Amino acid sequence: MTAALRLKLENIVKEYPGCRANDGIDLTVGAGEIHALLGENGAGKSTLMKVIYGVVQPDEGRMIWNGHPVTVDSPARAREMGIGMVFQHFSLFETLTVAENIALGLPADEARDRRKLDQRIREVSGRYGMALDPRRYVSTLSVGERQRVEIVRCLIQESTLLILDEPTSVLTPQEVTALFATLRQLSSEGCSILFISHKLEEVRSLCHNATVLRQGKVSGDCRPGEVSAADIARLMVGDDTPISTQVSAAQTGDVLLDVRNLGCKSRAPFGTSLTDVNFQLRQGEIVGIAGVAGNGQDELLKALSGEIRADWGEIELDGVRMNALSPGQRRKLGVAIVPEERLGRGAVPGMSLAENALLTASGQDLVGRGMIRFGRVRSFSREVIRRFGVRCIGEDSTAASLSGGNLQKYIIGREALQNPRMLVASHPTWGVDVGSAVAIHEALVALRDEGASILLVSEDLDELFQLCSRIGALCQGRLSPLARTAELSIEQLGEWMAGGFGSAEATHAAA
Amino acid sequence: MLLLERRPVDSSLMRWASPVLALVLTVMTGFVLFLAMGKDPVEGLTFFFITPISDLIGLAELGLKMAPLLLCAAGLTVCYRAKVWNIGAEGHFLMGALGASAVAVQLMDMSGFWVLPVVLVAGILAGMLWAAIAAGLKTHLHCNEILTTIMLNYIALNLLLYAVHGPLKDPYGFGFPQSVMFAESALLPDLIPGTRLHLGLAFGLLAAVSVWVLFARSFIGFQLNVVGQDQRAAAFAGFGARRLTWFAFLVGGATAGLAGASEVTGPIGQLVPQVSPGYGYTAIIVVFLGRMHALGIIAASALLALTFIGGEMLQIAMNMPKAVTGLFQGLLLFYLLTCDAFIHYRVRLRAPVRKPTRVAAPAATQEA
Repeated sequence: MTAALRLKLENIVKEYPGCRANDGIDLTVGAGEIHALLGENGAGKSTLMKVIYGVVQPDEGRMIWNGHPVTVDSPARAREMGIGMVFQHFSLFETLTVAENIALGLPADEARDRRKLDQRIREVSGRYGMALDPRRYVSTLSVGERQRVEIVRCLIQESTLLILDEPTSVLTPQEVTALFATLRQLSSEGCSILFISHKLEEVRSLCHNATVLRQGKVSGDCRPGEVSAADIARLMVGDDTPISTQVSAAQTGDVLLDVRNLGCKSRAPFGTSLTDVNFQLRQGEIVGIAGVAGNGQDELLKALSGEIRADWGEIELDGVRMNALSPGQRRKLGVAIVPEERLGRGAVPGMSLAENALLTASGQDLVGRGMIRFGRVRSFSREVIRRFGVRCIGEDSTAASLSGGNLQKYIIGREALQNPRMLVASHPTWGVDVGSAVAIHEALVALRDEGASILLVSEDLDELFQLCSRIGALCQGRLSPLARTAELSIEQLGEWMAGGFGSAEATHAAA
Repeated sequence: MLLLERRPVDSSLMRWASPVLALVLTVMTGFVLFLAMGKDPVEGLTFFFITPISDLIGLAELGLKMAPLLLCAAGLTVCYRAKVWNIGAEGHFLMGALGASAVAVQLMDMSGFWVLPVVLVAGILAGMLWAAIAAGLKTHLHCNEILTTIMLNYIALNLLLYAVHGPLKDPYGFGFPQSVMFAESALLPDLIPGTRLHLGLAFGLLAAVSVWVLFARSFIGFQLNVVGQDQRAAAFAGFGARRLTWFAFLVGGATAGLAGASEVTGPIGQLVPQVSPGYGYTAIIVVFLGRMHALGIIAASALLALTFIGGEMLQIAMNMPKAVTGLFQGLLLFYLLTCDAFIHYRVRLRAPVRKPTRVAAPAATQEA
């Protein structure tokens, strides 16, 4: 079967100051094809999408749409042609209804007849199994439902090519299954889909073809169903990088951290309050907290770090009540935190790596009588760089000049070198290249083997299942029971992520 | 087409070239203004920038005006590094002058080496008290410090006016609103005999050096920098924003208070309503012009001190209005802020973007 070509890119080049983001990329997508665009962060996926969607103009190369060369000078033009895009961060107004949000993207005459539009939304969303009430306000929708609004919006605009940017990163496993069913149905009706992801198993189960990018170039094409995930990963990272960590069994010791009935009212405008969180952390184990972003992970981390104070409940570290302690006091007790945002929380962007060591490691004899001991700061910083293989010019490089993966290695190294008794890491490998992710996982396991307790908050279920001895999930500020990884099915975890543990917890509490 | 484009890396050259460029533009604008007013621009600029510092007396006068600017600017640097936008140096200054005067008047009959330190400390404490009000309002009631400090400046001015018209008024002063002349024991010693230059300049230089040590070497200076650059990193690291805000305000109040005290115990020798020609406000320009760096603020305070003396010179020699000082200061700040844009941005000359051909779409329908 030779499907009609929907989109063909020839030799696309896009250069930014100091970086050739796309370097001669060719790509073809047939009608009704689900095509994966794979690559690590920084490989050039986003730039290529922006070129297709008309957000940026390529410096060289041409784009052929349904057999005709075209210039897409704006997203509006792209939509006119039939290209729809669902961004990773949704572009919806929370204070408007579903129908109003969709109407915003339509020509005035179509948007005016609201009743007809409601009808069409019901029709389209019903046909593809994405039930939506057009009159509901977006602020009341779950993340998965918001994604549906974005997709339905594209479909109502009669898109024949749908670009999805990491669509599953915000979904529970069940929601992913439902999304894939929808996408397959769309594909069978002739709609092409460009699916951007770095989750290889998903790509293998969903996509017909895949194009892999590395450092701005196409490093390979494949049929993902016919090759192994390891082969694809090899294409993504090149030959010289390890692609997975071997994790030995954990030797757990006594309870170190005891959190009882922890509750925090959220201070942030769209934050989530924590309610009745209970768990224990033992020495020498990694405990994973799964959950879709925005379900209280940030609040839990801050309550443990001391950035916000608990409103209810107890936090005890080895019998010492920590509720009223400041972040600095907790650090002295051996608490180390690796926050989700590397730049702008874990590190000050404009400061050097050495200065950033001082951010949390001042207690390592780097300060005497109120004065900074620069010699020690530098040698500590060099030690982190050396031991954790941070690629940088030196300890004087600014934090902002490092890639995400390297900065993350530096931050984890900074905490690990202080011999913490407990480490809380939030999304430590999010947006990190595969090589760095392996190094980070190894650092966490090494720390665990030295007897530290590690709490790993992550959206990456593969990571959690690989590293953790027990896993639970946060949903709307409540924590599910923690189950041993070996006894936990991914379906069960998915249910917990969606909040289905009310009764389980009740029995747990009663027992 | 001219495009303003963000630089990949901030230009460190522009960071220091910008003040120089701003000065050049200010002089050029001054040239045009003199012309427009029908004055000889070369003569005017010479009177403004050169004549005041062409002899020792003139240089001493420059140092005299530098002292309060440098003291206020040193304190403000501590505040601004931490992004505490304290506009209240003027108020701290006035309160320092008032506090010092109140004590000096009480100690009229005393002699002894301890009198002067007591008077100066009174000024420092009064400045800190004034700063503490704004600090408390910010940390406990989340009041914007820009607004509170400006309002406190006016309150301080009115308190001072009340004092010189009331409790501190010289009973034998023929009704003039001013205090008695202080006793010799409460006056600052001169630095250069025969001039009015007094110990205040030494305080100013000491303050600048202290600021340098604070930010180059000390941990609290590092914490202030972190709070200023990245609030969330500071919260994560556990550097208490409240504590650091208080620290910045109190240092700002102390130095400006000392400046006020040095002014009444130095060249003036008594409390008068016009104790400050706006030193506290001008110090803001000094801090930004001096790049919040010790050496920079020393140079900038000399330049701004010159605008005061140069302005007076123009009033006397060329019959120009008093506003000329403020005008030059304003121009300087305006150009500085403009030039600072080029630290983060650069201008690119670019040919007009090729108008993307819309021909493609009709072509498609044609063939279809």
